[in-house]
Amino acid sequence: MTPSRLLTHGMLLVGVLLFFLPVWLVFAASTQDASALSRGEISILPRLEGFGIYWQVLTGTGAGAQQGAVWRMLGVSFAMALAIAGGKLVVSVLAAYAVAFFRFPLRLVCFWVIFLTLMLPVEVRIMPTFELVADFGLIDSFGGLVLPLVASATATLLYRQTFLLLPDELVEAARMDGAGPLRFLRDMALPLSATNTAALFVILFVYGWNQYLWPLIAVTDTNLQTIMVGIVRMIGTEGQTYWNRVMATAMLALVPPVLVVLVMQRWFVKGLAEGST
Amino acid sequence: MSERRTVFAGSALPVLLVAPQVLLTAVFFLWPAARAVQASLERGDAFGLSVRFVGLANFADLFADPLYIAAIWRTLFFCGAVSLISMGTALLLALCADAVVRGRVFYRTALIWPYAVAPVVSAAVWLLMLHPQVGWLTPALERLGIAWNYRLDDAQAMLLVILASAWKQVSYNFIFFLAALQAIPTSLVEAARMDGAGPVRRFLTILFPLLAPTTGFLLSVNIAYSAFETFGTIEALTRGGPGQATETLMMKVYRDGVVNLDLGASSAQSVVLMAGTMGLVALQVLMMRRRRDVA
Repeated sequence: MTPSRLLTHGMLLVGVLLFFLPVWLVFAASTQDASALSRGEISILPRLEGFGIYWQVLTGTGAGAQQGAVWRMLGVSFAMALAIAGGKLVVSVLAAYAVAFFRFPLRLVCFWVIFLTLMLPVEVRIMPTFELVADFGLIDSFGGLVLPLVASATATLLYRQTFLLLPDELVEAARMDGAGPLRFLRDMALPLSATNTAALFVILFVYGWNQYLWPLIAVTDTNLQTIMVGIVRMIGTEGQTYWNRVMATAMLALVPPVLVVLVMQRWFVKGLAEGST
Repeated sequence: MSERRTVFAGSALPVLLVAPQVLLTAVFFLWPAARAVQASLERGDAFGLSVRFVGLANFADLFADPLYIAAIWRTLFFCGAVSLISMGTALLLALCADAVVRGRVFYRTALIWPYAVAPVVSAAVWLLMLHPQVGWLTPALERLGIAWNYRLDDAQAMLLVILASAWKQVSYNFIFFLAALQAIPTSLVEAARMDGAGPVRRFLTILFPLLAPTTGFLLSVNIAYSAFETFGTIEALTRGGPGQATETLMMKVYRDGVVNLDLGASSAQSVVLMAGTMGLVALQVLMMRRRRDVA
């Protein structure tokens, strides 16, 4: 190996460790004794007898379990992320199909209204959104948790781009076979944009799973508490923090989206990089 | 905007198809945005019994408040630092990952998974690294003679939230930089190599200009990320403290609106943020246009 290639590999390995090592430490710390952690004694090796903390955290038992069972938070986060991703995909694919494949009155107005909201994050309009959802009586409900996060333009724009690239011959052939627009959507447009859908699913699932501010405000009922809100409450400000519980919960919050990204990596990277061009 | 040549006939079906999206947008984007604008022009009395129109008074108060002006500068500094660190690191790693042959898939996977790290999880990670009592790196810092306690020291608190926010974002930038690098024809780089251009020269004269559109696009994404999505990170690490040392504009909207229930001031801040984001989106659209022209 030449020195420059060695340097390249060295830098990449440093980069890999920059992410792996801290997360490994979170894992190791989760298995260690809470009082030892508070004294600043972290061992880089996990403690085998400390693995029980995952059971305690999941079931909400043991010392420092004020925030309740984490399995419930995982369930809420999972349902929320799925509902946001699924809802956005369905709403967006229909809208994009209409805008790309039809000419109807106010089509451009619809497109620009959707487009203008691009990346106007829920954080910016947090107070008025809260008032609105409160007026609907949807605070502390699953619908209130999900609906304000379902509206977004990114997926619509991505689908529209894919649809614009479908060859005209395909549409003409389908028409000659007597296929209507809905049939074409089901048999042609959807299957042909499968990569797009897979990539968007990853992006939107991670987006939904990682939400913090809106679930914090929209929900006071602990039965609807997401895992992100749970972690921040466990860290707390006053009194004793059970760092092993915090770290175990952080690991549990990290694993599902990482798995989704790793399993669907190929489509995800392709869709993300292509979508923005 | 580009259009399809072949389309289907009819207008009832497409209106039906586009309706859910437009309805959601109208209810959850346009209406709250309009409400925010309205509330920013009103002020309630001390008892919350009546509101009256006050014109731009809330905005005048806002921009006359030295705390708000300080928060604007603080947010700009924070966004700049986070974008610079995460994009710089990502570009360096992408250049390396693009150059290697052996271990390519490993490096790529090992640098892509952090995309899934949540802002709150990133905060937990960095607490474990740098908490004054618990932190893994804290003893080493103390041995170096640094009195590390971000709960007391403004600059340290800012450094901590910048690190935790930038760390989480490297992966996103890495994916885009790597994709952009891989789209550059190898023949171009090879030709420069044969002309005797060294790696630094090749980067500055060939790669960097070709990466400029991606860089511009990522810059706007990173600014939006640091301005809004880092709320969870900062809330979990410092809650905006000590004092106001890490209070970004987003934290301030939350604190004034949700915690202190000062709706007029909070709405005026929301409107300012919306205007800022709109500007950023416009910039991003411009960048996407340019990027498409080049690619």
